[in-house]
Amino acid sequence: MAKRSFKSSVLPTILTYLGLGIGLVFSAFPIVWMFFSSLKSNTEIFALPPRLFPQDFTVAAYLTIFNDPVKVRFFINSYFVAGVVTCLTLVVAIVTAYGFSRYQFRFKNTLNIFIISTQTVPPITLLIPYFGMVVAFRIFDTYLALILTYMVFTLPYAVLLMTGYLNTLPKELDEAVLVDGGSSWTALWRVIVPVSIPGIVATGVYTFLLAWNEFLFALTLTKSMDLRTVPIGIQLLMGQHAFEWNEMMAMSVLGSLPLLVLYLVAQRYFLAGMTAGSVKS
Amino acid sequence: MPYFYVSPATLLLVLLMLFPMVMVFKYSLMDGAIMKKDAAFAGVQNYLTIFENPVFWQSVVQTLYFTIMSVVFHFIIGLAFALLLNTNRVDPLIRSILRVLFILPWLFTAVIIAIIWRLLLDPNGVVNSVLMALHIINFKVEWFSSTRTAIHALTFANIWAGYPLYMVSLLAGLQGISKELYEAAGIDGANELEKFWYITIPQLMPIIISIALLDFIWTMQVFPLVWMTTGGGPIYSTEVLSTFTYKLAFSQYEFSLASASAMIILIISMSVTYFYIKHQQRR
Repeated sequence: MAKRSFKSSVLPTILTYLGLGIGLVFSAFPIVWMFFSSLKSNTEIFALPPRLFPQDFTVAAYLTIFNDPVKVRFFINSYFVAGVVTCLTLVVAIVTAYGFSRYQFRFKNTLNIFIISTQTVPPITLLIPYFGMVVAFRIFDTYLALILTYMVFTLPYAVLLMTGYLNTLPKELDEAVLVDGGSSWTALWRVIVPVSIPGIVATGVYTFLLAWNEFLFALTLTKSMDLRTVPIGIQLLMGQHAFEWNEMMAMSVLGSLPLLVLYLVAQRYFLAGMTAGSVKS
Repeated sequence: MPYFYVSPATLLLVLLMLFPMVMVFKYSLMDGAIMKKDAAFAGVQNYLTIFENPVFWQSVVQTLYFTIMSVVFHFIIGLAFALLLNTNRVDPLIRSILRVLFILPWLFTAVIIAIIWRLLLDPNGVVNSVLMALHIINFKVEWFSSTRTAIHALTFANIWAGYPLYMVSLLAGLQGISKELYEAAGIDGANELEKFWYITIPQLMPIIISIALLDFIWTMQVFPLVWMTTGGGPIYSTEVLSTFTYKLAFSQYEFSLASASAMIILIISMSVTYFYIKHQQRR
């Protein structure tokens, strides 16, 4: 009897903890290693035997970055571009989602399919004509080139997320405004938007993540150091002859920081954006 | 009125999505697009040139290997972690802390994932040290710079970065399965394995299909991770369709050939997208 209860309750519990332990090492170890490597001196990075904790704890790598205006500029650029893209995307997405959620119209289904399928268009396919267009319109190597092209892939997500959220709000909300003689435009901004803050935050957080992480367009559509974003900055560090591993790790830590903070503060909203394509809204 | 609301997004997407797609198709039928002022019509010549290139076919095979392995392991690891996090055998607080930690790899941008794994898998790095201490290997493997291991190292890094998407989606799915189903099966004498096979998996199937199709499309298009770990090398051993296309365009300035190659990626993506949309609309 004792043996049976061991098999049916204790053993599965032990195995569950074991599995979770393996999962923890698998998921978190590389990140923890990155973090502590950023606090080592460059000579200690490949010390034998390998040590997780730095022997000579140093923030020299971070100081080098903060004291280099070129590298600080990478961060300013990333924050600026991601911030502008997020704001513009939100405004356009809210308006579009309102149209989708509150009206029936011809081509609605076609338009919906179009928006869903734009999520899966390969960036590399768009990049070639973008390069041609950006050069032709003389916006090569400008913030505008990045902001416009980023919106192409942030907008479809944002519209789908916002539409899903607005669909959960009762139509009586806008009808109250319409009965009082207000327009649907007033209803949208006075009534719907204020009660949609959770949906807007979820959409905004996810849009920011997409824009912050973009690499291909930033690599190709900008050229001058003044306009490079963090991912490209790290790539440039990697291209140097002598690898400053601790500095690259410090850049990576700083480059992940805004997303980590957003994730920890607004976890629920983050997950909404992440699962938008798989879990039915 | 609805047209007023949906027109800004539609206009923007037509201008920056449909129009460029028409352009890239046009480029692919020209000779010397972008580079020549009076590029001539070349018919399907660019496509034939691409199909005659052995590196293209090597890229196709490697893209498929990379993509299929990634999708399969993303699913296995994602499902395993979702099941582990969904049991009531573990304290809820520990579960919620672990859930936060298990999602972390997904937050990192591809360039940072590349740099983390280049550090860990460096010949002098910690992975080699551990494997040598355990006597699994007896020399310092150059994971990313040997033609034999590079594609596997790359795939591994991508598996690490991508499983959380499955984990989160499947966890949401697991929590949506009615407990009554399990209770009814229990009364009928089903064991845990049978419950898993006949209830859990069928109930999760719609989510699994959606996520696997999306993952297939996105993984097939992966560029930054490959670019930042191996750049397609050594000797084309990790060349995938996106890096093959990028090099044609921005290293060799063969924009017409690159456009033909980009059209091929687009056609594959859109055919899988067709199944994804059909699946989503049926749900």
